[in-house]
Amino acid sequence: MQNGAQIEYDYSVAKAFTFATILFGIIGMTIGVVLALQLAFPQLNYLAGEYGTFSRLRPLHTNGVAFGFTLSGVFAAWYYIGQRVLKVSLKESPFLMAIAKLHFVLYFITILLAVVTLFMGYTTSKEYAELEWPLDILVVLWWVLWGISIFGLIGIRRERTLYISLWYFIATFIAIAMLYLFNNMEVPTALVSGYGSWLHSVSMYSGTNDALVQWWYGHNAVAFVFTTPIIALIYYFLPKESGQNVYSYKLSILAFWGLMFVYLWAGGHHLLYSTVPDWMQTMGSVMSVVLILPSWGSAINMLLTMKGEWQQLQSNTLIKFMVLASTFYMLSTIEGPIQAIKSVNAIAHFTDWIPGHVHDGVLGWVVFMIMASLFHMVPRMYKREIYSKSLMDTQFWLQTTGIVLYFTSMWIAGITQGMMWRAYDEYGSLVYSFIDTVTVLHPYYTIRAVGGLLYLIGFFMFAYNIYKTIRCGRVLDKEPVNATPVAA
Amino acid sequence: MFHWFEQRPFFFAVLVFLFVAFAGIIETIPDFAKQSRPTVGTKPYSVLELAGRQVYIKDSCNACHSQLIRPFKAETDRYGMYSLSGEYAYDRPFLWGSKRTGPDLMRVGNYRTTDWHENHMMEPAAVVPGSIMPAYKHQFTNIADLDTAYAEAYTVKTVFATPYDQDLDGDGVVDVELGEYEAAVAKAKEDAKLIAADMKNQAIKDAVANGQIPEIVALIAYLNSLK
Repeated sequence: MQNGAQIEYDYSVAKAFTFATILFGIIGMTIGVVLALQLAFPQLNYLAGEYGTFSRLRPLHTNGVAFGFTLSGVFAAWYYIGQRVLKVSLKESPFLMAIAKLHFVLYFITILLAVVTLFMGYTTSKEYAELEWPLDILVVLWWVLWGISIFGLIGIRRERTLYISLWYFIATFIAIAMLYLFNNMEVPTALVSGYGSWLHSVSMYSGTNDALVQWWYGHNAVAFVFTTPIIALIYYFLPKESGQNVYSYKLSILAFWGLMFVYLWAGGHHLLYSTVPDWMQTMGSVMSVVLILPSWGSAINMLLTMKGEWQQLQSNTLIKFMVLASTFYMLSTIEGPIQAIKSVNAIAHFTDWIPGHVHDGVLGWVVFMIMASLFHMVPRMYKREIYSKSLMDTQFWLQTTGIVLYFTSMWIAGITQGMMWRAYDEYGSLVYSFIDTVTVLHPYYTIRAVGGLLYLIGFFMFAYNIYKTIRCGRVLDKEPVNATPVAA
Repeated sequence: MFHWFEQRPFFFAVLVFLFVAFAGIIETIPDFAKQSRPTVGTKPYSVLELAGRQVYIKDSCNACHSQLIRPFKAETDRYGMYSLSGEYAYDRPFLWGSKRTGPDLMRVGNYRTTDWHENHMMEPAAVVPGSIMPAYKHQFTNIADLDTAYAEAYTVKTVFATPYDQDLDGDGVVDVELGEYEAAVAKAKEDAKLIAADMKNQAIKDAVANGQIPEIVALIAYLNSLK
């Protein structure tokens, strides 16, 4: 920028995505708590007839939090971070501004249509790829728009070198584009035959092949929706919030390219003991263990960024959110590889330990990091101070308690169930009938529901705090800076 | 070497793509054709069974039930012979599931009967005390969508050469008939009568006699076909 003048960034799209993040977060997490309660108290399935059963709500929950909440948060952060690390404002390019707005509108419409169609039972049944083909086309459209936004903004940048966060945004864009396209290859049946529902389609792949492609996608949706964009967030917001430089540039490079190379292999661990070839299962298992290295590389890099400044944990609640997030990232990325070891998988697969694992990752890492990002962005976008720091602190402890209740109960439930399924008596007969392994889980399901409820209450506190900040937080005349601010 | 890429976004993106695509190419391509070869005796789904499969998917039964028996003694004792790749050759999509909140259903047709399913879908806890499965009463009143089931069968026959209207085992009889739309729908209604004959619910029997197929009938046809 010439003469050191301040660039005036345009946050209109980032603000729109911030609202979407909170809205879809509330919807997705509320449904999650309902699901948890339904497993403990099945009579809750009948509150809304056909549309209220566990089975109908479950894809709504996963899509709502993964593609409604998480992606909104990622996009909000992109439209905030992108301008800042590239030193250009969206204001400077009416074209990119229009693309950004169209991106938001199409995205929002897609998620609303997703909610409606999933409620109606239109689903392809593939996990995290349940949307039927017309919606898939919409997804591809706004994904391309996001790509134009990323590379367009990079194209007119003033900062020569791409900051680490941008590497991760680019990787997210490319990988999801590839995965989504290949996994959602399907043939609309009405177009071929002229009969039946126009929404219905059949998968391009069959049986074992379909499973292979699906878990290549499914595992890596975790990689490129729940991992890489969230790392992009923490690499930007933790240094900004703490005033510390990222600990090691070399480690960032190693961790990034290591993650890119190894993650895609790990999808095979979802198919252990299935009918996919043995060498693929072994490969999936081994690569999952290798994946610890790049994952922990990033996590350690984040934690060591706080080196010498740990006292900020006491003074700044946002640092607490981010440090806990990286800690849960470490927990989750050691737990996953353990579950991918064949002998452990034999017990863990198909049990509640798996949702337990998913949730310590998403509740502890993804949601915490996105909430921290919004807490950092909102005061700067609206030039207002956070409404209540003590509410933030209460929320932190409430949600942390919620997560701990969630994953501990699911660990116990999963291992209990896995061991009961394979228990034999001294005569060589199975000890338990299947229903025994269901009823025994009731207390754990109840504890999980309580944990989920605490977390949800915390999220409502978060939404309220953000709302009050925007409406009546103390007006700031300049951007807040913390500790020893780094440049940029 | 990687520093160079950080100032050249285009090459950076290309390198990321190569790193990411690499594993997929090596893992998925080599065995792809082999994996879709059906085992001897595996047949495509009839139109009624497909309609039932669509109900199964619509109500996300696969969210809680797997269809994949792993090669462990505890599983083969409980559910039957472990799964073979070729048995899924006509499954589009696959329905292995990822969580067993309820038991595996890969071979449920071997040990559950039509009237068991009927009672179970109406009131799960009545047949399995302690069951946490929701009741699926709406399947008794919703009408199965035979048009979409026919559309699916027709599509997999024309696009993927799924062997409908063929003599698969060489006994001179066509194994799974599809034919034209009218014939296919008429056949599905005949199949539905056989299922309804084993059911207790009079309203269902009447509906089937009148040429309508409630979702539960199609679903049971599908579940009975899982062997």
